[in-house]
Amino acid sequence: MRNSKPILLVEDDNVDAMTVKRALKDLRVTNPLVHSANGEEAIGYLRNDANEKPCVILLDLNMPKMNGIEFLKVAKSDEMLKRIPAVVLTTSKDDRDKVESFELNVAGYIVKPVDYKKFVEAIRIVNLYWTLSELPSHEQENENAKLETHIAY
Amino acid sequence: MSRLKSILLLEDDVVDASTITQAIDDLKVKNELVHKTDGEQGLEYLRDPANEKPGLILLDLNMPKVNGIEFLQAIKADRRLKKIPVVVMTVSKYERDKFDTFGLGIAGYVVKPVDYATFLDSMNTIIQYWMLNDLVDREREVENAKL
Repeated sequence: MRNSKPILLVEDDNVDAMTVKRALKDLRVTNPLVHSANGEEAIGYLRNDANEKPCVILLDLNMPKMNGIEFLKVAKSDEMLKRIPAVVLTTSKDDRDKVESFELNVAGYIVKPVDYKKFVEAIRIVNLYWTLSELPSHEQENENAKLETHIAY
Repeated sequence: MSRLKSILLLEDDVVDASTITQAIDDLKVKNELVHKTDGEQGLEYLRDPANEKPGLILLDLNMPKVNGIEFLQAIKADRRLKKIPVVVMTVSKYERDKFDTFGLGIAGYVVKPVDYATFLDSMNTIIQYWMLNDLVDREREVENAKL
């Protein structure tokens, strides 16, 4: 990834989460991986100022409590969170899921390959792309949020 | 990205546009590259029902008439266009530009490398990433629009 900030993985399936962890390790990606088991937990993590904001969010869609689409609706309407790129990582090939995700400004929609080698290759490309792409600085966001608060007063 | 969908390039600089065209060619990318020289032309192209919607938009920021930020504001407010992923390709390293464009829902921000070998590498990464992506089929889009 472009910086050393954590990668936030939102995934309810423990086996899938382990696979992502293993792939990142095999690819020697050094960013810490933070794992939330559903959208609600992830929003809680993201809104806690004690936690460093992630560089990228890897998002499963089919999850209990708050699913991926619901998570996107909340995150993408939150001024402090909407700039963090979210990449959908799912088994769903459903066109409605794709349309809804892209309408909610996801920065990628990847159908998880079942084969581990292909999965690692997919994660390798994701890592390469998000190393190439610049990312917004959250310090700037904080500054702007402060300014906006002052203006609101 | 579907193997058949086009890539829309919005770039006013002739040299930069020909470098991208050259890179797409060198990487043997089969997708058609449609080139428009400013945001206004880009919007016209996208809103003309005779043109197939592209799978990806590569967007320069500093352009005459309608610039990159204005273009993003327009397509992200348009229900039929907002789901097309946009990757910013620019020389601008300004935090403000990154902040504003990510705020408008872009799917990547690449600062154009000066030398061609590095540029080719960057284009390769962008193409590989979007080939990996499962994008919305046009047929389905048409159906959804009808609904």
